Amino acid sequence: MTSSSPPKGTGPLARREARLAWAMLMPTIISVSLVVILPLLAVFWISVKPIGLADLRAPTPIVRESLRGRPQAAGDEGTIEYRLRNSSQDKPITDVTLTDTLPTGLTFQDPDPRCRLDGLNLFCDLGDWEGGARDSVKIPVTVSQAFLDADPDLDDTPAQMTGRSENILLNADFTFENFARIFNGKEFFAVLYATLFYTIVGTIGAMVVGLFAAILLNKSFTGQGILRGLFLFPYVAPVIAVAFTWVTLFDPFSGSTNALLIQMGVTTGPINFFGQRPLALIMVTVFEIWRYFPLSFLFILARMQSIPEDMYEAADMDGASPFQKFWYLSLPQLLGILSVLFLLRFIWTFNKFDDIFLLTGGNAGTRVLTVHVYEQAFAISNIGAGAAVAVVIFVCLLLFSIFFFKFISREEGL
Amino acid sequence: MKRGTVTGPILGALWFVILATTLCIVMSFFTGALFRPVIWLALVWGAGLGLAMIYLRKPVWGGIVPGTAAALVLASFVGLSPIATGETVGPLTRVAVSVILGATFALSQLRITQNCPPGPLTRHEFEAAVIRFLTGFGYLFFTAIVIIPFYVMVMTSLKSQQELLQNPLDFSVDLSKGWGLLRSYDELFALFNFGTYLWTSFYVSVLTVLITLLFSVPGAYAVARLRFAGRAAFSRSILLIYMVPMIVLALPIYIVFSLTGLRNSIAGIVMIYPVTTIPVALYMLQGYFRGLPSEVEDAGLMDGLSRLQVIWKITLPLSLPALASVSLYVFMIAWNEFLLAFMLLDDPSKFTLTRGVTMLNSSEIPRQHLMAGAVIATVPIMALFLGLEKFMTKGLTAGSVKG
Repeated sequence: MTSSSPPKGTGPLARREARLAWAMLMPTIISVSLVVILPLLAVFWISVKPIGLADLRAPTPIVRESLRGRPQAAGDEGTIEYRLRNSSQDKPITDVTLTDTLPTGLTFQDPDPRCRLDGLNLFCDLGDWEGGARDSVKIPVTVSQAFLDADPDLDDTPAQMTGRSENILLNADFTFENFARIFNGKEFFAVLYATLFYTIVGTIGAMVVGLFAAILLNKSFTGQGILRGLFLFPYVAPVIAVAFTWVTLFDPFSGSTNALLIQMGVTTGPINFFGQRPLALIMVTVFEIWRYFPLSFLFILARMQSIPEDMYEAADMDGASPFQKFWYLSLPQLLGILSVLFLLRFIWTFNKFDDIFLLTGGNAGTRVLTVHVYEQAFAISNIGAGAAVAVVIFVCLLLFSIFFFKFISREEGL
Repeated sequence: MKRGTVTGPILGALWFVILATTLCIVMSFFTGALFRPVIWLALVWGAGLGLAMIYLRKPVWGGIVPGTAAALVLASFVGLSPIATGETVGPLTRVAVSVILGATFALSQLRITQNCPPGPLTRHEFEAAVIRFLTGFGYLFFTAIVIIPFYVMVMTSLKSQQELLQNPLDFSVDLSKGWGLLRSYDELFALFNFGTYLWTSFYVSVLTVLITLLFSVPGAYAVARLRFAGRAAFSRSILLIYMVPMIVLALPIYIVFSLTGLRNSIAGIVMIYPVTTIPVALYMLQGYFRGLPSEVEDAGLMDGLSRLQVIWKITLPLSLPALASVSLYVFMIAWNEFLLAFMLLDDPSKFTLTRGVTMLNSSEIPRQHLMAGAVIATVPIMALFLGLEKFMTKGLTAGSVKG
C-alpha cells in the first residue's frame, strides 16, 4: 500500500539545488559583507570613539643617525649619534628598542649603558616613552684609515626601531561626546532643514518636471528619439562635468547667466547664485531637479507607453476632453510608478553627496547631512563626529526602508 | 473666456513673449551682443497678431508668414520692435532677427489656434489649443535647459582667459584661429597628464564591469532560478544595500585603506568600485533572468547538461542584450564615480579622470582648462550613450526600479 501524501521535508535534489545557489551567491555575499556590512559596523564603532584624523597614524619612534666630530685622519675620535623622538606629541610608546648594524673600520669605546654591542650589531633597550619624548644614543668611536677611504653612508644600514603603542581604534576608550557634539546647537537643525528642503523639493520637483517631459514625448513624431536621447544628457554626463559647468555658468563675476540677466535688465548687479543664503540652497535644489528629471522621465514614459490604447479610445467615444483624459485616465494609471519613484528618489536624494559638495562645498546654508559627514571627518578632522553623523544618516535610512518595503511590496510586488 | 477672439490673443501674447525671449537668449549666446525682449511690446504684438490669425488663416506662405515678418521688420525701424538690440548690432542682423521671429511666430501660432473659430469654443477646441501652446513651450524649455549648459561647457573650453573676462556672453567661435582653438585641450594633455587619466579611467571602468559581471551573473541566476531558503530575504537585502549611501561607507574604507596602504593605489579603487555596482547589477540581471522562459533551460537539463553548463550555453547567450545594458550602466557608474576617487587618490600620477578634473578646480588654473577637462570626461560616455542608446536606456530604466 503506497501512501498518497506528498513527501515531507527537503529531498536530496532540493538540498543540492540550495547548496548550488549558496555557492553561486557566496562571492557576492563575501565581497558585499567586506565592503558594506563591515564598514557599517565600523561606523557604529567609530562613532563612539574619541578619534581624530591624526590618530590614524599610530605613534612610532623616529630615528636619525649621524657621525659627529668630523674625524679627518686615522685615529681621530668621533661619535655616532642616534637622535630619537616619539612621532606623537601626546601618545606614549612602550618597550622601545633600537637595532642597527654599524659600519666596519671603527673602533668602538663603551657605548651608552642601555646598549649592547655584539660585533657590529648594536642593540639598545630604551624603555617606555611618554608622548613627545626625545632621546639620543651616543657611541664614541675612533676611525681608521680604511673607514675614511671607504667613506660609508650610515644610512646604508638604516637603524630599525620597534615599540608598542596603543591603537586608539582598538582600545576600550568610549565616549558619547561625538553625538553630544553633533546634536548640540543650531548647526544641526540648520543641516536638518537643508537636508529636508533639498530632499523633498528636489524629489518632487524632479518628478513633476519628469512627468511633463514624459507627456511631451509620449507621442510618435520625427525627432522623438533624438529628443529623448537629448533629455537624458544631464543624467548621463559625469557629475563633475555638469556641476563645474553650472558653477562656471552662474559665476558672479565671469558667469554667462549674470551677464545675460544684466543685459536683459532683470537685475542691475551680479547675483552670487551659489554663495548667498537662501539662494544657494534653492540653486542646488534646482540643480538636483535638472540633473535627475531624466530618470523620472524615463520611468514615467515607459509606464505611459504601456497604458493600453483602447482605454483612450473608449474615453474619446464618451467625449472626454484632453485634460479629462489625463486627469481621469493617465494619472491614476501612473500613480503606482509615481509613488515608487518618489520613495526611491527620496532615499537617493537624501543620500546625495557629490552634487552639493562640488557646487558649494556645503557653504551658504547648503550643508546637508552627507556633506556634514565629510565636513566633520575631514575639514574639522574629527572622524568620530563624522561617523556619528553617518550613524544618524543610516538610522534615517533604515526608517525610510522599512516604510519603503511596507508600502512598495504591496504596490509593485517586489 | 472660451471664445476664439479671447483665446487667440491671450495665447498669442504669451507665445510671442516666449519666442522673443528665446530668440534673444539664443542670439546673445551666439553673438555676445545685446538683445533684449521688450515685454510690453511683445505682449501687444502677440495679442494683435493672435487676434488677426483667428480670422485670417490663408494663404500661409503667400500671405500670413511674409506679412508678419514684414510688419516686424518695419517695426524694427520705427522703434516698435519687441526685441531691443544694442548699438553693435547691424541693420542686417536686426532684419534677420525680425524675419525669423515673425515667420516662426506666424507658423506656430497658426498651429496653436488650428481649429479655433472666432465664436465660442467647445471644451475640446479650447483645451487642444492650450495643450498645443504648452507643448510648444515644453519643447523650447526642455531643449534650452539641457543644451545651454553643455553648449557653455564646450564653448568656454575653446576660449582664452582674456576673451572670457571681456564678455562672458560671447560664445562666437573665431575659426581663423584654427587649431589654436584647442589650446586648452593641448595643454591638458601635455602638462596635466590627461592622457594617463583617460587611460586609467578607461581600464578601471572596464575592470569594474568585468568583475561586476563575474560576481553578479551567478548570484543573479541563483536568486532568479534556484530555490533555497532565504531567497526572498536575500532579494530584498540586495535592494537595501543598494540604498546605503557611499559617504557612510567611505569613512571606514578610508581608515582601513590608510592603515593598510591601499590608499593611493589603483588596486584599492578596483577592489572597491565593483562592490558598489554588484548589488545593482545583480538586481537588474535577476529581473531579466526571471523573464526568460525556464522551459528552454529545463530542456537543457533533461538533455544532460549540468546547471553551470545550462547557464553558460543557454542562459547567457539568451541574455546578451541584458548583459550589454548592465555592462553599459556599470561602466557609466564607474566612469562617473567621484567620491571614492576623490577621497582615496592623492597622488597625481594615479588619478582617474574625474579626480583629475577636480584638481583643475582651483583659482590658479584658468576656467577654460576646467571646462576642457569636463568635456574630455563627458565626450567618451556621451559617445557610448549615443551609439548604444537603446541598451543604455534599458539599463537606466532597470537600474532603478522594476518596470
